[in-house]
Amino acid sequence: MPLHFELVTPARLVLSEEVHQVVVPGTEGEFGVLEGHAPFTSTVKDGVIRVWRSENGHPEEIPVKGGFAEVSAKGLTVLAEHVG
Amino acid sequence: MASLKELKLRINSVKSTQKITKAKQMVAAAKLRKAQAAAEAARPYATRLADVVGSLASRVTLSESSPRLLAGTGKDQVHLLVVANSDRGLCGAFNSNIVKAAKLKAHELTAQGKTVVFYLVGRKGRVPIRRDFPKAIIGSFDTTTVREAGFTEAEAIAQELLALYDAGKFDIAHLFFGKFRSALVQEPTVQQIVPVPAPKAAVSDGAVVQYEPDEETILAELLPRYLRTQIFGALLENAASEQGASMTAMDNATRNAGELIKKLTIQYNRSRQAAITTELVEIIAGAEAL
Repeated sequence: MPLHFELVTPARLVLSEEVHQVVVPGTEGEFGVLEGHAPFTSTVKDGVIRVWRSENGHPEEIPVKGGFAEVSAKGLTVLAEHVG
Repeated sequence: MASLKELKLRINSVKSTQKITKAKQMVAAAKLRKAQAAAEAARPYATRLADVVGSLASRVTLSESSPRLLAGTGKDQVHLLVVANSDRGLCGAFNSNIVKAAKLKAHELTAQGKTVVFYLVGRKGRVPIRRDFPKAIIGSFDTTTVREAGFTEAEAIAQELLALYDAGKFDIAHLFFGKFRSALVQEPTVQQIVPVPAPKAAVSDGAVVQYEPDEETILAELLPRYLRTQIFGALLENAASEQGASMTAMDNATRNAGELIKKLTIQYNRSRQAAITTELVEIIAGAEAL
């Protein structure tokens, strides 16, 4: 089952797609989000978000700064002030 | 009556003015499209952040330990007016409308016995505000060095404001900018930015949300970010409004110049004909006298 993942910066919507898994560097430790994750909100420290598009593929790495992640029934949304 | 030569020069001068206003109108139209797109692209982030801050703020009860950005300083003596203007003119009454709104608010607050200080963004607001409140300007931000104000600028402005707030230079801050309604309508708008007015909480779906770290820590971190986003949004609105106002103003100017040219041309042709007639009469009169 895919997970809906959105990466948003103040200037634009960077990414909005269905992915397999995303690993986010939370302030209190990295956490992976798969489909059906419980509602969860966390700040994100400066680091790299890893996005798996498929189960066996290689992760795509996206560096972010000043971030904030929210998991809801609609999927995962990461708000970051700077991307890349 | 102006001489033929003078008229000709006048017509040419108005023609070149018209060329300039027409060019500026087209530039503004192109820039407006870009500025509007930028304002639209910034919306998802702003709404999401407002949602989150809203739902967090509704969970946290205000207490001594609450972040000062949300709870305020407990006083409302010193008001800071942040006035965002554009750097360039040729945009009709856009800047003066914003300044007018700010001055109105300032006079109102002074009448209530409050202290008013200003923080200016952009070049065009400086002179008229300094004229009325020469000592009240405690800071300004120069946007002339960048092509268009972006998030970096909003960040810098927010940081300066937060530093002033922490230093106790003001208790409440309002932001003045031109809200973009359409190319024809820009509304000077006031918005309170400090203490942060908690946005309305989105309707929660009933699910229990876990927070990491706890609500208050997240909120403390999100509030400055929310402030930055608000300022960023205002800058974008301002940019779009400026171009819209400029487009309308230049459209009017071009039309006026066209009318003036028409009038002058008629006047020019009349005097030319009069001169020819006089000359003919003189020749005929001379020939008859022989």
